[in-house]
Amino acid sequence: MANTTARPTAPQLFAIFARIGLSSFGGGLSGWMLREFVHRRAWVDEDEFLSGLALSQAFPGVNVVNLAIWIGFRLRGTPGALAGACGIIIPPALLVVVIASGFAALSQHRLAHLLLDGIGAAAVGLSLQMGVIAARRAAAKGAVPIAIMLLAFAAVGLLHWPLPLVVLVLGPISVALAYRRLGRA
Amino acid sequence: MRNPLVALALLFAPMSLASVGGGQTLVAGIHQQVVSTSHWLTEAQFVDAFAISRMAPGPGTILVTLIGWDVAGGWGALVASIAIFTPTSLLVYALARIWARTSGQRWQLALEAGLRPVAAGMILASGLVLTQALEGGWVAQAIAVVSTGVLLATKINPLVLMLAGGAAFAAMHGITG
Repeated sequence: MANTTARPTAPQLFAIFARIGLSSFGGGLSGWMLREFVHRRAWVDEDEFLSGLALSQAFPGVNVVNLAIWIGFRLRGTPGALAGACGIIIPPALLVVVIASGFAALSQHRLAHLLLDGIGAAAVGLSLQMGVIAARRAAAKGAVPIAIMLLAFAAVGLLHWPLPLVVLVLGPISVALAYRRLGRA
Repeated sequence: MRNPLVALALLFAPMSLASVGGGQTLVAGIHQQVVSTSHWLTEAQFVDAFAISRMAPGPGTILVTLIGWDVAGGWGALVASIAIFTPTSLLVYALARIWARTSGQRWQLALEAGLRPVAAGMILASGLVLTQALEGGWVAQAIAVVSTGVLLATKINPLVLMLAGGAAFAAMHGITG
């Protein structure tokens, strides 16, 4: 369960999600959230976070927005969910319009391009880092999760299946197997 | 053309519900609708909007906000954003409520335990695909790998790491031309 002794308020949640929304150049937002909520502040434990992430990904919608709502609700109920959604959407939405207005000027600078390419490369590390952590956790749960993970990895990484297809095919199988396993335990 | 605000809402609200696996899966469908079918944006405008949304921080789906802006200004941006984010946000909110009310049920544990390895495999694979697709060849890929290692080993603020990545990449290109 979440650490309830030092729960953040809704405005605090809004501020954190807004900061993540505005600093996450190059993507990797869920990696930012992992660091902020699990590793830095320990408001959510790693297992709870990874479960929320898996559900957010299997559910329709933008993963990171889903995850922000999920974490916000976990930590501060309905106001927290609202703070999560608004924080992760509104500030970046305003900023993107501002950037669009200055895009013509910005896009002429070679240095800006180089910096952004490098930032994008470093930001991929956020996704990979989270993949490694999630894989390590999944691998600790036995042979079946390892097999499912490898299949999902091969489907996306080698066969280039679209993500929805992978979720729709592997998701029900994996959940059914987990359901049976839980019944036996 | 019908009222563009209504048209934006009617386009993006259903699309939101079809976006399993993340916003990136939407881009092809959005392109088709916005450029080929509706002729709201030219190909060049769409490519610009896509590039800007990739460059800007925040969820990649913010692309939709920008399309709304291009089509119908401030109101367009607002309507498009609400249409793409609200339906699924309400669904996830409902899911979070159900989860909190009946926590620890066998079907819930099974869903969590079953979906986690699928997510882990997809995240790892997507990370590798992203690494392979990086602009800037082996230098960029090396930065991605080093960044992963540093993030796993330390509690560094990601922003510091990204700025270092940007500076390192620009410097390498300064040297190699």
